[in-house]
Amino acid sequence: MAIQAVQKKKKRAAFIVLSVISFFWVMPIIWVVSTSFKTEREAVSGGLNLIPREFTLESYRFIFTDEQHNVARYVFNSFRAAGTHTLLYLLIASLAAYAYGIMRFKGRDRMFWLLVSTMMIPVVMNLIPLYNIMIRFQWINSIEALVVPGLGGIFGIFLLRQFNLSIPRDILDSAHIDGANHFQIYRHLVLPLTKPALIVVGLFAFMANWNDYLWPLIVLNDETYRTLPVGLALMQGTYNIYYSRLMAATVVSMLPVLAMFMVAQRFFIRGITMTGMKQ
Amino acid sequence: MSTKPLAISTLGKRILPGAFFLPHLIVFLIFFIIPFFYGIVISLYDWHLFNPDLREFVGLDNFRRILFESDSIFYRYFWNGLRNTFTFVVLAVPPLVITPFLLASLLNVEPKGYKVFRAIFFLPHLFSIATLVLIWRWVLNTNVGILNLTLAQLGVDYIPWLSRQPFAWFALVLMTVWWTIGANMVIFTAALKEVPESLYEASDLEGANTLQKMRFITLPSIRNQLIYITIMTTIASFNVFGQPQLATQGGPEQSTTVLLMYIRNIAFTGARPNPGIATAMAVILGLIMMIISVIQVKLIKRLGD
Repeated sequence: MAIQAVQKKKKRAAFIVLSVISFFWVMPIIWVVSTSFKTEREAVSGGLNLIPREFTLESYRFIFTDEQHNVARYVFNSFRAAGTHTLLYLLIASLAAYAYGIMRFKGRDRMFWLLVSTMMIPVVMNLIPLYNIMIRFQWINSIEALVVPGLGGIFGIFLLRQFNLSIPRDILDSAHIDGANHFQIYRHLVLPLTKPALIVVGLFAFMANWNDYLWPLIVLNDETYRTLPVGLALMQGTYNIYYSRLMAATVVSMLPVLAMFMVAQRFFIRGITMTGMKQ
Repeated sequence: MSTKPLAISTLGKRILPGAFFLPHLIVFLIFFIIPFFYGIVISLYDWHLFNPDLREFVGLDNFRRILFESDSIFYRYFWNGLRNTFTFVVLAVPPLVITPFLLASLLNVEPKGYKVFRAIFFLPHLFSIATLVLIWRWVLNTNVGILNLTLAQLGVDYIPWLSRQPFAWFALVLMTVWWTIGANMVIFTAALKEVPESLYEASDLEGANTLQKMRFITLPSIRNQLIYITIMTTIASFNVFGQPQLATQGGPEQSTTVLLMYIRNIAFTGARPNPGIATAMAVILGLIMMIISVIQVKLIKRLGD
């Protein structure tokens, strides 16, 4: 009885503390959303009101029709680059994870761990040489520069291989005895069985590409393929004092990831939990 | 466990694995491994960004200029950048590890609605750096930001959060905590769930206090995750770029111009970009990061024993 009472008290205390912190955590976002619906004049008037005195969609209209920095185009560009990257990476990584997790060949594990050990190399060391390679490939200012280099990533393969290793060997063997070849086993058995892991890896690949700032900043120098983070950063310079516009653009940039999070929250949580458990 | 080989014929056995792993391996070699060695080569040259034919081999001279030639501008850039990067790491890593640990401890009690709380704390993790900075520049705006307006209600004078020290560092760390702790929190939550309840019950019987429980039960039990989080957070903090680049523009007076900002500026901007010098700086930064990771593993392992 006493222990239960203590538990209950603990839960209530935790609830109160978490409520207070959560309030401060979401406040910046609410403030941003609120500003985006205000007129420019009201935005800088110094009022603390979260409900706009004069509700307007003018800022949204502006950023979607603006010639210089078109948010719709940035969103489209980001989706195109991140989407293409994600699909290609899922294909390449699931094939590789099949080889390292399901197939048996000499030196398989040694090769895999050699790959994993290269994850220790800090990415910053590759930045400038990679740019030089982009020049040689004539990939500066191209979508290839946004999509391709990241396809070499090891992390997704690591996660997928862990999943592949947990598939019961009997299932694979009996499929083989029934006459299925490796491509059939990969396509009809392993891919369906590892669907949750594929979703996790896909989400991570998408998010990393969608949010990348430094690399697209370096390899793109005009609007053709410019992605949302770089575009937003430029808008910050151009519309320096137009806070309502800037906040409308900020809201637009939050919406896609917000939607994705709503739909796939458990996959995000599970994916991150998996990364932390990997020892 | 069956040991029967899956492959149909020896021929298939030899060719097939390659068909599966080669697409990745080729991309990996071209865009990860070759750049790594190529980078070391570039750091030994006086390199020309757009006309590599003009390059000139200078050996370790780039490193000497950065590290020792005290009247060189690159020496000043490097040491100032390194000091600022270190400052950020030292200021940011403790809150980036401790805050999510505390939040995870609270969530682990599983109060009403803890999944909603978890979602709220995790959410900013999904925003891009540009989104993050736009949000916080507006929140921290000196004259009309919500923070200063609220503080004004309490009688506090307007604080120039992004243009004066030590506020600028505080602001950068604050927005980084808000932005990134979600992932660490999720890992800690999962780790704390794994600690056997019986250990705590036993320590209760022996009259252990909260601190003792943390030191002798919780921390050793989550050692692996703690190592992982500390190292990943440290590495991420050494790579800090977007926050000072976009929020403070490296100011005030270059006090938040971190090394990666100098590296990017030297390599890609100005009348005469100097990738050789910039790559040498990146190589040194990379080495420092690797050394510190190793030291951290050793230290935390000892803590758990």
